[in-house]
Amino acid sequence: MNPLLSSIFSTGFAFAILRVMTPLLFPALGVAVSDLAGSVNIALEGIMLMAAFFGVIVSAFTGSLFLALIAGLAAGILMGALLGYFHLKMKADIILGAIALNMFAAGMTIFLLFLFTGDKGSTSSLQSLVFPSIEIPLLKSIPILGEIFSGHNILTYVALLFVPLFYVLMFKTPLGLRIRAVGQNPDAAESVGINVDKIKLYALMLSGLFGALGGLYLSMGYVSWFSRDMTAGRGFIAIAAATLGGNMPIGILLASLLFGFVNSIAIYIASLNVPSELIQMIPYLVTIIALAIFAIRAQRVKIKVGGEIHEHFDTGDAAIPVADPGKGDS
Amino acid sequence: MENILQVKNITMVYPTGVIANKDVSMDVKRNSIHAIVGENGAGKSTLMNVIFGKIHPQDGDVFYKGEKVNFRNPNYAIKAGIGMVHQHLMLAPDLTVAENMILGIEPKKGKIFLDTVNALETTDAVSKKYGMDVPVNKKIKDLPIGVRQRVEILKALFRNAELLILDEPTSVLTPQETEVLFETLFKLKENGKTILFISHKLSEVKKLADSVTVMRDTRVITTKDAAELTEEAIAHLMVGRDINSGRIAEPENPGKVRLSVNNLSYIDYENVQILKDINFDVRAGEILGIAGVEGNGQSELVNILTGLMRPTDGAVSVDGKNIIGMTPRQIRELRISHIPEDRMENGVADIASLEENFIVDRYYKSEFSKKGRLNWKYIKDYSVDLIKRFNILTQSSKTPTGALSGGNIQKVVVARELSSDPELIIAAQPTRGVDIGSEELIHDLLKKARDEGKAIFLISADLDEIIKLSTRIIVIYDGHITKHFTDCRDIRGMDLGPYMLGVKKEEGASGKIHS
Ligand SMILES: Nc1ncnc2c1ncn2[C@@H]1O[C@H](COP(=O)(O)OP(=O)(O)O)[C@@H](O)[C@H]1O
Repeated sequence: MNPLLSSIFSTGFAFAILRVMTPLLFPALGVAVSDLAGSVNIALEGIMLMAAFFGVIVSAFTGSLFLALIAGLAAGILMGALLGYFHLKMKADIILGAIALNMFAAGMTIFLLFLFTGDKGSTSSLQSLVFPSIEIPLLKSIPILGEIFSGHNILTYVALLFVPLFYVLMFKTPLGLRIRAVGQNPDAAESVGINVDKIKLYALMLSGLFGALGGLYLSMGYVSWFSRDMTAGRGFIAIAAATLGGNMPIGILLASLLFGFVNSIAIYIASLNVPSELIQMIPYLVTIIALAIFAIRAQRVKIKVGGEIHEHFDTGDAAIPVADPGKGDS
Repeated sequence: MENILQVKNITMVYPTGVIANKDVSMDVKRNSIHAIVGENGAGKSTLMNVIFGKIHPQDGDVFYKGEKVNFRNPNYAIKAGIGMVHQHLMLAPDLTVAENMILGIEPKKGKIFLDTVNALETTDAVSKKYGMDVPVNKKIKDLPIGVRQRVEILKALFRNAELLILDEPTSVLTPQETEVLFETLFKLKENGKTILFISHKLSEVKKLADSVTVMRDTRVITTKDAAELTEEAIAHLMVGRDINSGRIAEPENPGKVRLSVNNLSYIDYENVQILKDINFDVRAGEILGIAGVEGNGQSELVNILTGLMRPTDGAVSVDGKNIIGMTPRQIRELRISHIPEDRMENGVADIASLEENFIVDRYYKSEFSKKGRLNWKYIKDYSVDLIKRFNILTQSSKTPTGALSGGNIQKVVVARELSSDPELIIAAQPTRGVDIGSEELIHDLLKKARDEGKAIFLISADLDEIIKLSTRIIVIYDGHITKHFTDCRDIRGMDLGPYMLGVKKEEGASGKIHS
């Protein structure tokens, strides 16, 4: 078999997919929460970057993984809240607000990086902790499955756990119901006494929390340092993943796996003799193709609906006699 | 009988300086059905919003169950037992009926989880209690409007509403759904509820209401027992003059065939046959009305005639020229105009000004623009002239169109479509949801156009309108024509009904002219 194919069909490759998928799955769930609340959050890129940075810095200076986790989450949630403040309180356009936050995060992390390490590129001079990898007791000893599913970083398992958790949160709790109601018809939510802005703020903060976990994984699991712009567009690919997944947990998981798969292939091809720029393009190219396919499909559905812009009434209703239009004889 | 609600000397001035209610007083008896009628802009919605605590009047008091109340916001009104069913329903489309019901007061299981079983059960219980059937587990978006409205009413009842306010509840309903709604409202009255509803369809008011309050121009003209008033009398009070509701005079002599539709069929994406072998002609100087329960293919037919959709099969020609495959602009260039059935969806851009909406289909003509620049001065004069001629109530020609009342927005659409000097007018639901005054004006305009020799194709769910205006009537059911009435002078709704429901049908019926 050719070397590329044989590596793709190896358990190591499947393991890599899960590894690469993790920093997409988290922010994709984040995008979905705010999307369901009717706020498009494109600030995940900045959120992840901030969390990744503060996680490393705090871990390096305190030596506490717990404090690093708290710092990273706080940074992400704060970014979400900040976006909420711009959008809900100051009535700024949420897209512009998010772009500002993304640029702020990119600049801020580099600035602080320089301040703390004297280096504008990465924290390689610092000793950062990483979240532990864990072997799953029984699973580990099962031949192929064990090699694929055991031994991942704990955050990878957390990400997988978040898929059903997301479902429960959004579909089985009052908060989830309210978030969805606010996203679908804010007037309706308001008319039953729900504070629409508050719910949207919660959703953005949740979004920040999810994004933060993705960021933390990136700098303290995937690798063990922070480097400038290390999110490399994952916050945007997450938007694509959430869209492709229809904002539903299983869909998002599958979309994230797809992107993880493509990314892993790119990584594997890199060992061959192909220009690296070309390879680095692959994940983004696939994103565009996937979104285009999705858009065309959505368009089809829309045209179909457009053909029946007007409510099609259940013809069963016609069994009820026509209102006697008695006015006709006057 | 005791009064459940009294409003006394309410005066409401909006921040914009518009006086919407002037010294308005009204009593609503407990356990009655009370109608508020009035033309658009008379101040009905404003009064309802005052009662509901949405806005706060400068002067006057509201008494609910004998006590003076001053609801800070609608939540307080809801707690006190007042429920409101808005014209635009307040439901989340992707949530189920039960989820919408319990939204905001969710039953919980183990403190953090939603108790879905309980939600379903309570919804079911409320729906049984009032005999109003709803599919508890279906999503709102999959339900017809009539059922959605029922959900909205149940929502209010679930929150223990005793006084239900309905804002023009029938304006979005088909005749069948309206019947069902009326039964519901009667049942609610039997259950001890009080119903306050806004309407401008007088036949409904007569059928439903115990008392009627008539508003005109920000004031209450009178409140009377419905039994004391005839429809004509109410209409007279509403507009302050007599209204002509009889059938319009027959046309002199219809001319040649303008629009000719031949063997038209349309099959949609899901392979459902929406239109089957439709044939009809419309001549110059006549109005051909198409009657039918909504959703029987009328909308698709209109879309095909105006170039918005392509038929699967068949031919459409205007003055002998095939128009299938033409773009809407090319079709408009043939002097065909289109009053779309949904004014907000396809009629106007709501955030654009009246001026902009008036010229959207003609901005490229030399009067309106030269060398790629719009001549705003001319456009303004042109618009002011249209506003006058079509009696549109607006602050200025630069007002965003969405700020106008529904009737006036419709007049904007009609003004644009009739001022392009069309030879063929395709008028879909031309008076849907507009007040009597505007309806009369639009009817007069259509009649005038007909008398000037224009060909008019009228699509309407309002049978009275079809009967009033049409020279000939075709009936559509399930995508095919079931009957053609060539002489409509003594026709009544009952004659059309069986054909609209497909109970009766004439084989091979077509609206063709055979002469
Ligand atoms: N929110 C608002 N701000 C300013 N003016 C308003 C507002 N709502 C209604 N109006 C004006 O108040 C008047 C009465 O309107 P409304 O109460 O909606 O009448 P109706 O319900 O009888 O059609 C109209 O002239 C309308 O333009």
